[in-house]
Amino acid sequence: MGSITLKQVSKRFDDVEVIPPLDLSIEEGEFVVFVGPSGCGKSTLLRLIAGLEDVSGGVIEIDGKDATALPPAKRGLAMVFQSYALYPHMSVRKNIAFPLKMAGLEQSEIDRKVDGAAKVLNLGNYIDRRPGQLSGGQRQRVAIGRAIVREPAAFLFDEPLSNLDAALRGNMRLEISELHNTLETTMVYVTHDQVEAMTMADKIVVLQAGHIEQVGSPLELYRNPRNVFVAGFIGSPAMNLITGAEAAKHDATTIGIRPEHLELTTGEGQWQGTVSVSEHLGSDTFMHIEVDGIGTMTARADGDFPARHGDRIGLTPMPERLHRFDAQGLAMTRNEAAA
Amino acid sequence: MSTTHSRSAAKAMLSPAVILLLLWMIVPLAMTLYFSFLRYNLLSPGTESFTGLSNYKYFLSDPAFFEALGNTLLLVGGVLCITVIGGTLLALLLDQPMFGQGIVRLLFIAPFFVMPTVSALVWKNMFMNPTNGLFAYVAKLFGGTPIDWLGHYPLVSIIMIVAWQWLPFATLILLTALQSLDSEQIEAAEMDGAGSFSRFFHIVVPHLARAGTVVILIQTIFLLSIFAEILVTTNGGPGYASTNIPYLVYAQSLLQFDVGGGSAGGIVAVVLANIVAIFLMHLVGKNLDL
Amino acid sequence: MARQVTLNRRLINTAVAWGFGLLIFFPILWTILTSFKTEAEAIALQPSLFGFEWTLENYEEVNRRSNYPRYFMNSVIIAVGSVLLGLLIAVPAAWAMAFQPSRRTRGILMWMLSTKMLPPVGVLIPIYLIFRDWGLLDSRIGLVFVLTMVNLPIIVWMLFTYFREIPGEILEAARMDGASLKSEIIHVLTPMALPGIASTMLLNIILAWNEAFWTLVLTTTKAAPLTAFIASFSSPEGLFYAKLSAASTMAIAPVLILGWFSQKQLVRGLTFGAVK
Repeated sequence: MGSITLKQVSKRFDDVEVIPPLDLSIEEGEFVVFVGPSGCGKSTLLRLIAGLEDVSGGVIEIDGKDATALPPAKRGLAMVFQSYALYPHMSVRKNIAFPLKMAGLEQSEIDRKVDGAAKVLNLGNYIDRRPGQLSGGQRQRVAIGRAIVREPAAFLFDEPLSNLDAALRGNMRLEISELHNTLETTMVYVTHDQVEAMTMADKIVVLQAGHIEQVGSPLELYRNPRNVFVAGFIGSPAMNLITGAEAAKHDATTIGIRPEHLELTTGEGQWQGTVSVSEHLGSDTFMHIEVDGIGTMTARADGDFPARHGDRIGLTPMPERLHRFDAQGLAMTRNEAAA
Repeated sequence: MSTTHSRSAAKAMLSPAVILLLLWMIVPLAMTLYFSFLRYNLLSPGTESFTGLSNYKYFLSDPAFFEALGNTLLLVGGVLCITVIGGTLLALLLDQPMFGQGIVRLLFIAPFFVMPTVSALVWKNMFMNPTNGLFAYVAKLFGGTPIDWLGHYPLVSIIMIVAWQWLPFATLILLTALQSLDSEQIEAAEMDGAGSFSRFFHIVVPHLARAGTVVILIQTIFLLSIFAEILVTTNGGPGYASTNIPYLVYAQSLLQFDVGGGSAGGIVAVVLANIVAIFLMHLVGKNLDL
Repeated sequence: MARQVTLNRRLINTAVAWGFGLLIFFPILWTILTSFKTEAEAIALQPSLFGFEWTLENYEEVNRRSNYPRYFMNSVIIAVGSVLLGLLIAVPAAWAMAFQPSRRTRGILMWMLSTKMLPPVGVLIPIYLIFRDWGLLDSRIGLVFVLTMVNLPIIVWMLFTYFREIPGEILEAARMDGASLKSEIIHVLTPMALPGIASTMLLNIILAWNEAFWTLVLTTTKAAPLTAFIASFSSPEGLFYAKLSAASTMAIAPVLILGWFSQKQLVRGLTFGAVK
């Protein structure tokens, strides 16, 4: 229950092909995250799966059956919208009960399921309040509750945490992950935040301009980005990408090294640079360094590295962590095995 | 959400309104056009005959037509002047801080909600009547002779009545526009050294000009069709002194039973209104952020 | 940044505003007062403002002699009926335009508004003849239909502006929750849009109540609403000012009261959004 397969699915709006034909398969019980910059088509893709938009071409299969022509209600999916889309004129209880009412269940059955969802999400205290009286996080939970209660084959999340403040976001991330562990239902999650993607996903789908750049587990994308785009997108702070003469030295058009994979000394390194800005967080130190002959690079050190504006510093990339990309931006295999 | 399902549902949902309005507009209008080319009198049914453009020739060369056209324009122009100027002044007044503003607004708004036949008759009998009306009373109070408003100045009288009815509309629109004027703009101008008059002319007036244009266009559309007030007070008279195009068409069609001639007149009225409508729709279209 | 307005200035403003306000309101006030006078008092050459003998005889006579209640009911039926019928047609149309916009939506909306600008005399003859031939003259049904058409553009327009303020995602959520289109409109859209629908009804009932062309031309006795009834006073038979005042007061009272609540709707509905 809950496998979704996209075969040559494409979408065009008027004359613009927003999503060229793509293939994707989502396994039962997987937590899949669609991630990418604004306008990459991730939300559109989600809406195609949900049935809120028609595909321009291709087939969408849900649990092996062709669902391409099915209206949203008949696909067995539930969606949590970015703005939660709660019914403002109904109480929390009625909000959650609504899909069951539409399905024509008996009132006693409805009450039982609503109470069940309320317990899982801890909604008991405000079950009779209206959405307008709730905080962002509470509304989020109600939206999830409304989805859970339908016992769908898969959950679809459309940037659910974008409207919350940073602290709340962290908590809700955990709650959603825990929910996935409890329910073991397929979840398809859209976000532009690669931290959410990395922490929550079983499988990440990186999208750009409607193309799937790479599909893989978080660690796979981190260790083996298939191209420059994925390399620069995954990981925070972003990977340092260097072109020109220095890259040519490694037989590549572009080389990449993550800030955390640079060994730093006050003395000599493979590269020399001057610190322009250093950020001391206590747990880490991030430095922005003007590196001779290369340009600006970001480096990360554990703990409190004693670097100030103007200091000279030596940087040495860990050789097994150096990524090489060809003229098309594709990753070239490394000579040594990955660490 | 945009699927073939939802889009075809939308088409189905729109069709009743579109079809009904289409029928309401096209069918009668086409019939009017058709009739305007016939010699057709309701008193002698069955003797209709095609007569080309002669109804139009008759209608447009009839002195009654020119008087009606002139009266129509005078009515519209007169009411517009009073309501736009008066409305602006009243809007400026109502925008000032005062006590009991809510109630004053209600007093100003009221005339718009009085049905035209009531307001026309109230004015005709209780104010303008040369014997028993209040105007007569006031005139006599000051030693003058009472004026027979509707008898001697029928068009002016009707202008007064209609202006009284529409003043609230203009005031309300202009007041709404005025209150949407960002006070910071005015304060900035003050800081820049602009005096009261200067502030008024350079900031307030341009802002109001937009709303004023809307008022003028919308009122014109409705004023071109003034009917009830004339029917109930002067019946277009004396002679044709207070007849406008709508009343002329009505009189010809339903009083003289000349359907052919009346239809030609109706088409003329439609053309007039269309000219104004084009300007209005252009303005509406600019504001419709679709 | 609020400024201290001098008390003097406030008082002057108040005096001037109230002065003009009462001046403009005076005809209505006078009508109401006259309705409580005797006919003799009403045409007295020395009219008095308040110092007369108040009487209810005019109201009694109007109600008794002229079958006033029937005209009142006709007005109610025609006004409310045409607005309800209009809503029935307009709600789906406004839904389609607000939530499923297409390239043609703008054009269709503007066209609908433009039909309101058609001068009634342009279609007077055909409508009259059709009504005559189909036995619809002097019928409430006929008038309800005509007034529905006359006000439909405004009803659609107003509902459209109110619907647009509702987030489309909520309706999508309803679809995902399994709601059919009908359920979506009944259970989600309408409750959320209720204030807007009420405002639309308010303004259009007022406009229909006061409509003074078709109600005059298409009715004679049976279906005549108050506009036509009052119009019949235009040929005076003897003393009648006080009775006219009583009839008028009763005719305008409902809408005056409704109108006082509908100023915002007036701006919204009648300026087609060209003024915010």
